[in-house]
Amino acid sequence: MSFRLLPAVAVLAVFAAALAALFRWSLLEFVPGSLQPGGLTLANFRAVLAPQYVGAIRDTVVLSALTTVLTLVCAYPVAYALARTPSRRVRSLILVLTLAPFFTGAIVRTYAWVLVLGNTVVTWPVPMLFTERGVLVGLVHFSMPTMILILAAALSHIDPVYERAAASLGASPARVFRRVTLPLSMPGIVSGGLIVFAWTLSAFPTPELLGGGRVKMIANVVKDLGLDSFNWPGAAAFALLALALTLALLTLVGRLSSDRAA
Amino acid sequence: MLRLAVVLLLAFMTLPTVVVVAVSFNPTAILSFPPAGLSLRWYANVLTYPQFQRAALNSVLVTGMAVALALPAGTLAALALERGRLRGRHVWAALFLSPLVVPGVAAGLGFLILAAALGLLRSRAVLVAAHVALVLPFVVRSVWVSVRNLDPALERAAASLGATPWRAFRRVTLPLLRPGLFAGLLFAVVVSLNEFVVSLFISNRVTEILPVAMFTYVVNYTDPTIAALSSLFIAATFVVVWLADRYLDLGRVFLRR
Repeated sequence: MSFRLLPAVAVLAVFAAALAALFRWSLLEFVPGSLQPGGLTLANFRAVLAPQYVGAIRDTVVLSALTTVLTLVCAYPVAYALARTPSRRVRSLILVLTLAPFFTGAIVRTYAWVLVLGNTVVTWPVPMLFTERGVLVGLVHFSMPTMILILAAALSHIDPVYERAAASLGASPARVFRRVTLPLSMPGIVSGGLIVFAWTLSAFPTPELLGGGRVKMIANVVKDLGLDSFNWPGAAAFALLALALTLALLTLVGRLSSDRAA
Repeated sequence: MLRLAVVLLLAFMTLPTVVVVAVSFNPTAILSFPPAGLSLRWYANVLTYPQFQRAALNSVLVTGMAVALALPAGTLAALALERGRLRGRHVWAALFLSPLVVPGVAAGLGFLILAAALGLLRSRAVLVAAHVALVLPFVVRSVWVSVRNLDPALERAAASLGATPWRAFRRVTLPLLRPGLFAGLLFAVVVSLNEFVVSLFISNRVTEILPVAMFTYVVNYTDPTIAALSSLFIAATFVVVWLADRYLDLGRVFLRR
């Protein structure tokens, strides 16, 4: 090992120590009213599947799946325009508009949706703020920049010659898209979809502020248990659930992309 | 058709930003859109609210320290990854990027438990340590790209002309790495200034950074003060992204490797 790695390894060691502490506490017994844990137990993991939390897990998976599909549909046209526009000025404009929310941070973006969904701009025909609909809108908006960049990268690797060839052989634009562009961009769709899904599974600020306590996702349960009830062991078990789901999905992305490279 | 869809989708992306900026000039505490008049009172409120002043100072301190530690650590790691005689290069690379994939609540709760065990709950040290780990992936990635494009012959030329290794590093390597270092610095600062979830778990009213203070304010008050503060954030961000696009050509960074 090169000595140049040492400072970065030290940083990672602290991070690993934090995760190790999380893992250890997930196996300790919660003593209500005390920050001192009891002995070893698996009760925290059994509690994850208790009736009052199963709803949160189900909502998390459903919201993440819907977010992934909607984000794919909304991001694709923008990514296509970004990858294919001949004008550097248009490309810059799309990139700046895409990346700016990426850089503005979760709180600013989520607060902005509190304003929009909370009937300040228009009066919505159905309640939006503090409902799952509203959380979904916020999650899609949150995932758009990532998805646009991943899809645009995939689309910019497709040689436009294939599309021109299909068109010159008489395929309609819709058919060119369906039979040539879409299949060739599949790697981007798969990895973008999995990354957005994994990311949304552990979303926190969006459901916290737009859900207003009425919509709970896994990360909100971790915060409620850990910061409000001081049940660190229970919170740790939920946090590990989020971590395990994320790692499983991202391993799948890695597996798929290395298969393609091989 | 495609053009219309793209314009509408970009409007969807931009809508919240526009609303926040418009609302920040709202003259009354009850939000309305379009605003009934123009007022700067919420901007004055941002600048005079003591908790925001304290949080802004904390943000500058935490980000400053975290970036000062992560930039050299990440740069050395990137050099080792490309140049070092290293076994399992891919494993190392994956390890350095791994803090990115850990959900914020898991890392946050882990650091909270660790801080409690070490008796550091009231200190900024844990906050800084967490931020260093969270920005390290961005530094390693950005600098690594620059190291890869670096021709080792240039350093050999410096050495053969009599430069000591340190001098060759300072006068040849570092200037050539400047684009990567600049991009890494930019990402690290932006990520750290905006970090929220992990920081929420490991800070209190005294040590909390700006996003955490803003979160607390949004939960407790409904007046447009946060809109004014958000507008300041958005303005700063647009300038940074525009400058980055101008000088780094973001299209090249993101679309082709």
